[in-house]
Order: sequence, then C-alpha cells, then structure tokens
Amino acid sequence: MNSIIDKLWDAHVVKPETDETPAIIFIDLHLIHEVTSPQAFSLLRDKNLKVRRPDLTLATMDHSIPTLPFKTMQELEQIADEAPVKQLKQIIQNCKDFGIDLKTFDSPDRGIVHIIGPELGITQPGKTIVCGDSHTSTHGAFGALAFGIGTTEVGHVLATQCMLQRKPKTFAINLDGVLPKGASAKDIILKVIGEIGVDGGTGYAIEYRGSAIRSLSMEERMTVCNMTIEAGARAGVIAPDDTTFEYLADKPLSPKGKDWDEAINYWKSLPSDENATFDRELSIDVSNLSPMVTYGTNPGMVVSIDSPIPSAKNDSASKALKYMHLESDASLQGEKVDVVFIGSCTNGRLSDLEESAKLLKGKKVNPSVRMLVVPGSQSIKDKAEAIGLDKIFIEAGAEWREPGCSMCIAMNGDFVPEGGLAVSTSNRNFEGRQGSKARTVLASPITATASAIMGHVADPRQFI
Amino acid sequence: MEKISHINSKTVSLPLSDIDTDQIIPAKFLTTTTKDGLGKYLFSSWRYDDAGNLIEDFIINQIDPTTHQILVTGNNFGCGSSREHAPWALVDFGFKAVISTEIADIFFNNALKNGFIPIVVNHELHKYLLENSGVELAIDIEAQTLSIKDYDKVHFEIEPFAKFCLLNGVDQLGFLQNEIDLIHDFESKHGK
Repeated sequence: MNSIIDKLWDAHVVKPETDETPAIIFIDLHLIHEVTSPQAFSLLRDKNLKVRRPDLTLATMDHSIPTLPFKTMQELEQIADEAPVKQLKQIIQNCKDFGIDLKTFDSPDRGIVHIIGPELGITQPGKTIVCGDSHTSTHGAFGALAFGIGTTEVGHVLATQCMLQRKPKTFAINLDGVLPKGASAKDIILKVIGEIGVDGGTGYAIEYRGSAIRSLSMEERMTVCNMTIEAGARAGVIAPDDTTFEYLADKPLSPKGKDWDEAINYWKSLPSDENATFDRELSIDVSNLSPMVTYGTNPGMVVSIDSPIPSAKNDSASKALKYMHLESDASLQGEKVDVVFIGSCTNGRLSDLEESAKLLKGKKVNPSVRMLVVPGSQSIKDKAEAIGLDKIFIEAGAEWREPGCSMCIAMNGDFVPEGGLAVSTSNRNFEGRQGSKARTVLASPITATASAIMGHVADPRQFI
Repeated sequence: MEKISHINSKTVSLPLSDIDTDQIIPAKFLTTTTKDGLGKYLFSSWRYDDAGNLIEDFIINQIDPTTHQILVTGNNFGCGSSREHAPWALVDFGFKAVISTEIADIFFNNALKNGFIPIVVNHELHKYLLENSGVELAIDIEAQTLSIKDYDKVHFEIEPFAKFCLLNGVDQLGFLQNEIDLIHDFESKHGK
C-alpha cells in the first residue's frame, strides 16, 4: 500500500531515519551548474576531498551564460561581464580538476540543466536526482524523486553521493477531465498553485495523477512538475507509463538491450499501489480550465484570463498590486505589454516553441513588443531550425537566441527594461526577478504569443 | 561550524508574507564564486533606491545589525529559489535567526547549515512579535524556549539532529563521511 514517493524513498535509504537523526539517502544523479556549485568545490579543496561518483554527476552552464552567439572564450569575454565569465571559467576548471562531464558552451548537448537531463535519457524513472536549483522537481515527471538543494548539500553529494534527509509527507493531486482548447500544462500547474497557495505544498512531495495527467506528453508533464516548488513542495512526481517509456526508448543514455527490458520491469513496479494512502489529497477537474495569468508578485496570485483581478486581502497583496501597477476588479486583458519571453526550464522545449510558432505563423509581433524566443538546449535549437521554426519567429519580428536560462533569471544580459511588463513562459513573477522593477505576468506559450501579437495581455483562444 | 546555544537580541519586524529568496538577494548578485560579503546585497531592491542610496524609511536600514539580530517576518519566509546565498546574505548582514508562522523547506535546510536559526511560532505570538518590533528576545536552543519581555516563555520545535549539530558545532559532512562503509555497501548492491 505504498505510494510512488514511498517506493522511491525506500529504494534509496542507506541508513534509516531515527528520532535523533535523518535518513542517509543515496543520490543516483547529481546535476550541477555554474551558479550554485563554486563554493561547494571550494569546500572539497579545503578538505582535500574528491568527488565520490563523477560518473553520477553531470554539469552544464546555463544560468549566467549569455544567449547571444559566441564560439570561444575570447568572444564570450567581449559580450559578458567579468563576474559571469569568471564563474563560467571556474566550472570548466572545477569539472576538469574533479573529472566531471561538463556540457560546455560548444557542446551539442548543452542547455538548461533540467532540459538536458531528460534529453540525454539520464533522467530516468526510479532515480533520486538532485541539483542546486529548485526547479529540479522537473525530473519528477519521469517517476524520479527529484528536488533542489543548497550549495552546502551540493558539497555533501559531491563528497559522499548521499544526503541527510527526513522523509517528506505525501500529497496526491488528482487532475481529471479533458483539457479544453487553449488550455495547456502551464495552465494546469498555475491553477494548482492558485488553489493550494505558494506554501500549500511545504513539507510535502506531491504525486500528480489522474486522467488529465495521463494524457499529457512528457514535455507537458515536465512543465507541471517544474513548478511544483512554486507551491512550496520540493518534489513533484508523475508515475511512469508507456508515454515515459516511449520518450526514453531512443535517448542516448537510456538503458539498452537487456538492461532496457530489466529497467522497464522495474519502472512498471513504481506506480503507487491502488490503495496507497497519502497525508493529503486534492482533486481538480480541468474540463473548464481557461488560460491562466498571474497578476501579482508570486505564482499563487493567478486568475483565469477572463476573470477580474481579485481584491487584495492583506498588505502583501496590496503591495503586490501596487508593484504591478494593477487594480483589483480590473481585467488583465488589454494591459500593455513591453516584452514577451518564450523559454526557460518551464516552457523552453520543442513543443512549446512549436505551439508558439503555430500561432505566430503569418502574423507579426506588435511593434511595441520585444519578443525573445530562447530554446532550452542546443538540441532543441537544432531541431527547431530543422523544421523552420526559427524563420517563423524571425519573420514575425521576434529574436531567436542561443540556449540558456535567459530572461527567466535575468543574470546573463537578458532582462526586462525597468518597470516594463513582460508576459513570460517562465516560472517566477517575483519582484525584480526579470529585471529592476520589471512586472511579470506568467502564462503559457500560446498566451504569451497571443499577447506579443496584440501588444497587450491577450486571450489565445481568439487565434485557435 | 561554530557552536550555538543562545541568541539574545532585539527583533526587527518585516510584516510581509511570502518573502522570496529573490528579495533576500537578487539573482544579479549570484555571479560570485565565494560566500563572503553578501550582506550588503541583503534585501537590496528594498534597501537601496535607483541611484544606490539607502532608503531611510525601510526598517532594515533603521536598525543596528549588532543589536537587532532576530528577523520577524510574515508567513512563508524564504520561498522560491534554492540559492544558499540567501542565508549567507542574512548571516553576513548580522542576522542570527528568523521567526515566522511558516518557513519554506529549502531555505529552512540551507539556513540551519549556516548556523542561522529558522523558528516557526503560532499565530498569536507571531502577531505579538510583528506588532512589537524591537522587543528583547532570548532564544535558548537547548531548552527550545523563546523568552520575550512581558510575554510567557514559549516552547518552539527544532529538528533533533539540527539541534544536536548547532549545540555541538557538528559539521554534517563529517557525519556523512563517518558512514562511508555503509554508503559503499549500498553502492555495491544498488540497482542490481
């Protein structure tokens, strides 16, 4: 009567937890990037330690890397500031010194950390996966127990391949119904966060289940799991099924031959038992889901695009509306847009770009809008160009960039101008997240694209 | 890590809910490769105006960090990104503890690993503390009590291992390394 969360946990306990001490949990895959790893490598050097399992460690450069084209370190130095260049050089040196595979800026496998793991097939059901990045929850879409950690813990995992953890409580979110036209995986997760609040998942790992989840592609499932942390839960899991297996079948690092057959057998044992119990359950019917947009300064401040902005119930909400230059009872539709960003570990995958391009084909980005399209990885960029998506974006007046976190975190040269309003497919609408005084409206790729065409926050359903 | 058993200090109230780690320290300051000197960037967007001058009426700019070392905030402090730069910045500024009705999971873990104490209290005490910014407060980690001027002594919860590490200055990495034989045994069987 175990849930998938129980099964994943139990399979990785090196030493069980007691009243006095947390469990020691083994980590199957440790992803690292340039921003949250330097101080962890310094710790290893100070203590004269090695990386215990470089074979279970994969590194990328994504957060502070510019999305303008460059081919050499010299070219990078010309387009980026000194601090990010130093940080990028440091991860190159660290990975060289400690024997870690780094997908550097000239690798065909490079990209955002939560995009390349699945693309390479190294993200697999049954694994424990950690990274010094809160959106590590993305990998839970494969039936892995995946969560973000701090830099001290990055050091622990580098040195011992293990972590000290208390088992999280379990939370089942049942999503049923057929998703209507114009609504997407992004709208599902924004709806969930709106329902339970930005702290609703604190202390829990969430399992997303139900017919609406089963019908999603792997890319859509990743979008759902990605934003689990925005509801306060560190991990979000979706049980593996044929969709998962089909996705992984041809990936370079997925098991092959006899190993594949054995892996499938194991993976099929992972879904929650029929009468598994959870500490908390919630059901949401998505049959009438509208495109969702945020109006405040956290992802829980979210409404259907056809609903008015709710009234502020406390000082924090009033402060958020003031920051956003918005008023309660007004509609977000019609609010003038300065920037549209398509990308990030939430919505920077090929299907996201395809959805956006489909809407944009034959139309123009409104002259008052800067639209930035940033593929999540080199592989996505190459595939998108092979099917001509880049031409659609460029002809419509959008910018087509190199892979990276870009305007989601705005520490790489891409940012929203001061006070500007962005409709963004990323994951956080915090104050200043996308630039100084930048105002972020989180939305799906098609809502963002419709807004780019119209020049104001717009309902995508008018175009489909 | 240094041993920590008591914190005696005045509080400062920042009565906002859902203060995320992007507010604690914005991403543009994460290009550093060390932990040092991040206190000057703490709450940067709220402490400085566009020209980089201190905004005097923001409460954090009005306190002496050597006497006001306990931050009291609205619900759900530290949500968002996993950046450990958030507790590094708080500690470097001079803060030693945060009190709220809820503290986000990743921040909570990161805080304890840096000797910064996250304390969750009930709504009644929370309201009292928010309304009485600057009150003298004594945190006793061994006894798990908060002693507040003109208020009953209050018990607080702390995870036993975190408490043990704080009181004894235990480095959690050392604790893991002591179990390396168990880890080795696990590795030899795992996935087979």
